[in-house]
Amino acid sequence: MAERRFTKDHEWIELNGAIATVGITNYAQEQLGDVVFVDLPPAGKKITKGGEAAVVESVKAASEVYSPVTGEVVESNADLAKNPALANTAAEAGGWFVKIKVADPKELSALMDAAAYKKFVDGLH
Amino acid sequence: MKTDTFSGNRGLDLEEPLLFELGRPGVTGVDMPDAPKVASKLGGLEREGSIGLAGVSEPEVIRHFVRMSRNNYSIDANLYPLGSCTMKHNPRLNEKMARLPGFGDVHPLQPESTVQGALELIHVLGHWLKTITGMPAVAMPPAAGAHGELCGMMAIRAAHDAKGDKHRTRVLIPESAHGTNPATAAQCGFSVDPIPGNSHGRVDLAAVKAKLGPDVAGIMLTNPNTLGLFENEVIEVANAIHSVGGYFYADGANFNAIVGKAKPGDMGVDAIHINLHKTFSTPHGGGGPGSGPVCFSQALAPYAPLPMIVERQGRFHLIEHRGSAGEPGEKSFGRMRTFNGQMGMFVRALSYMMSHGADGLRQVAEDAVLSANYIMASCKDDMTSPFPGPCMHEALFDDRFLEGTGVTTLDFAKAMIDEGYHPMTVYFPLVVHGAMLTEPTETESKESVDRFIHVLKSLAKKAKSGDAQFFKDAPRYAPRRRVDETAAARNPVLRWTPPAPKAQAAE
Repeated sequence: MAERRFTKDHEWIELNGAIATVGITNYAQEQLGDVVFVDLPPAGKKITKGGEAAVVESVKAASEVYSPVTGEVVESNADLAKNPALANTAAEAGGWFVKIKVADPKELSALMDAAAYKKFVDGLH
Repeated sequence: MKTDTFSGNRGLDLEEPLLFELGRPGVTGVDMPDAPKVASKLGGLEREGSIGLAGVSEPEVIRHFVRMSRNNYSIDANLYPLGSCTMKHNPRLNEKMARLPGFGDVHPLQPESTVQGALELIHVLGHWLKTITGMPAVAMPPAAGAHGELCGMMAIRAAHDAKGDKHRTRVLIPESAHGTNPATAAQCGFSVDPIPGNSHGRVDLAAVKAKLGPDVAGIMLTNPNTLGLFENEVIEVANAIHSVGGYFYADGANFNAIVGKAKPGDMGVDAIHINLHKTFSTPHGGGGPGSGPVCFSQALAPYAPLPMIVERQGRFHLIEHRGSAGEPGEKSFGRMRTFNGQMGMFVRALSYMMSHGADGLRQVAEDAVLSANYIMASCKDDMTSPFPGPCMHEALFDDRFLEGTGVTTLDFAKAMIDEGYHPMTVYFPLVVHGAMLTEPTETESKESVDRFIHVLKSLAKKAKSGDAQFFKDAPRYAPRRRVDETAAARNPVLRWTPPAPKAQAAE
């Protein structure tokens, strides 16, 4: 299993070969509350690091999911689109958002590892 | 809801079905002879099923809506602390004026010569708005706040286009902004660049400066901001945005806090919408349409929308089309709606202004700010605020005082319903955790605000006493118990469907 990396905007990313899986973290889903809708990008869409990758809407608010890396969407999670509750129940597993063909794998090394992200989240509240 | 009465009613709390559940075929409010049988000329395009209107008599319709109205919370019933909405009393003098036949019975297509009084009223209202904002031009058409934003941003776009500045695509918007701000910018084809706030809850001036560039079209800023705080570096922000050729749009939603005290024109604002339905007491929130005139700086004035009113030798004229060079409306970005604004709201707003006068309007802002600060100060031992006061017209609380109690902001809001209050705005602004944005307005008496404060404090104490279940069960006394918002959003039922679907033959 490849190592997971995390962003300050509470996305996680995991690289397997040239394809990275991206989702929102457990902390993010807790803060959002019950997710009721996700707007996922079509395959083939080019996205840039820090740009909007998807939109997640909960009972409290609608928020952007930012792409941790630059690349091209190869797949969106059809299960999540049908059942947005997956973002709550399995945020860091089956509730992933998109798979991205990563332009530059080195972009991941600038992101936080699990320990650093935990420390970051603990500092928030 | 289960009751122990046979009817399901509880005294004056009447259980009411949907209009469609009430309806039966063959019932109407008027008695008509059966239509004669004639050969159809519709060539097979006849209606096949019923048109789906509920069959009810006139008394049934009246009772239905009167019963429904008993479940309506309104400013006429109690304090309405919904932050950012300025739910103030609507003086009945306004209503009397708006119903004068000369204002109430006019039609927008009447010849100008027959509606000189109505046009003059709009012109005078525009004069008051320009004076109050300290800005040289005003556009009356916008239908409400967000429409006013659209009007302002379209003028900004037109001003850039007129200079050939097609490359200005970026608009700076604070993270605490009303959601309509980024939506408006996006609607106008701009991209949105968020500006973080600083530790005092104000827009971060250094961040604004860092984001400046030749592609910046402008900034959208609310003052006081959505945290209920005055942006004390607003002039520096205006200078910064102007230094790169951008324009300053101000969201006037919170104007009630500064009306008569500070002028947006003095802050360097280029466009600001004024919610007549907030600051100037015209009914809203189900009580009437909004109205969002936009005031413009000299730089944007030429691009204001049509129609516009001009006065020539004591007569008032509606300019409906772009004039030729040098004439009014020459550079206007055009028409954004059919007619020149919400006449009924104009009459109410001007009645409010003239009955208050300049000194009265100043006192409106002072009392609104005093009320909010009174709530914030009175609750400081029981509740928590993200930013130290004093605040402007809104007292903002966060959910730190609920930490460890098991009670959330939502639960707290639901308990307020049982206490007979519409909850304050919750979970907005988004930048504050578990936000409760509370706006009492100036029209509440001290006694009314005191009652409200006692409710807030008693609920806060109850939450801390460990009785989380009390809050989870709320509301108990509303016609319906807690709605499952998640299920409603995930599986919305948007249409009523008859219990036994069968098409009624057309009669």
